[in-house]
Amino acid sequence: MELTLSWYLSLSAVLFTIGTLGVLLRRNAIVVFMSIELMLNAVNITLVAFSRSMGDVAGQMLVFFVMAVAAAEAAVGLAIVIALFRKKETVDLSRFNLFRF
Amino acid sequence: MFAQLFFFFFAAVAIASGIGLIVSRNPVFGALWLVLNLFCVAALYITMNARFLGVIQILVYAGAIMVLFLFVIMLLNLAALPKLQSVNRKLVVAFLLGMAVLAQLTYVLAGSLDLLPEPTMPDAASGSASALGQELLTRYALPLEITGILLLVATIGAVLLARRKFE
Repeated sequence: MELTLSWYLSLSAVLFTIGTLGVLLRRNAIVVFMSIELMLNAVNITLVAFSRSMGDVAGQMLVFFVMAVAAAEAAVGLAIVIALFRKKETVDLSRFNLFRF
Repeated sequence: MFAQLFFFFFAAVAIASGIGLIVSRNPVFGALWLVLNLFCVAALYITMNARFLGVIQILVYAGAIMVLFLFVIMLLNLAALPKLQSVNRKLVVAFLLGMAVLAQLTYVLAGSLDLLPEPTMPDAASGSASALGQELLTRYALPLEITGILLLVATIGAVLLARRKFE
């Protein structure tokens, strides 16, 4: 059995779905954030698999930039979580209804 | 043969730890599951000959980002959520939506199997730090600079948002 591109793409699809389920099912803001990181990783697997398959480093460069943006996103996102926690004393997403009209 | 065994082992552990992340009630355990997942993804990068990215994955994701997550979880001192009493309609709809995403991805993948490029044998140096660094500082020099500015802005924004007197 040959280890082809489609195996990596299938793994990536499964991990992406798990991340989506985490975002949709969980109410803890930090767990939702970690699920988003899981989805970013699933996409990164796809990019590296295509990069290997096509013999081009462009995919790996893109993964490098995705990691940098993920670091920035985590820093700002966690700062927002801390600011929200100061205001409401919870990180339960179902308790945040500032925009509800 | 070894490559297949490696792939299936790390893929299974990655999926199991991903499920562990979304089902664990205590966010600290969730973060530790995610660390395991990130290590497996790093190992998969190395099986795909992207050694530099594998190392960066461990250093940046498992080393820096996850430490930040654990720091915030412990700073806020979050109690574990109470056990789910009943499966309500919202959860069922969310689960069905997730399955719809999986079905779509599978459909696209199954429909394009014959369009996927033939795997080419990469040379051993294609994922090394020197190969990536050469590209990074020549062809991708402008995105690199923009990323630097982005990280600076994110740092300033994080400090401003998390400051005690926000008003």
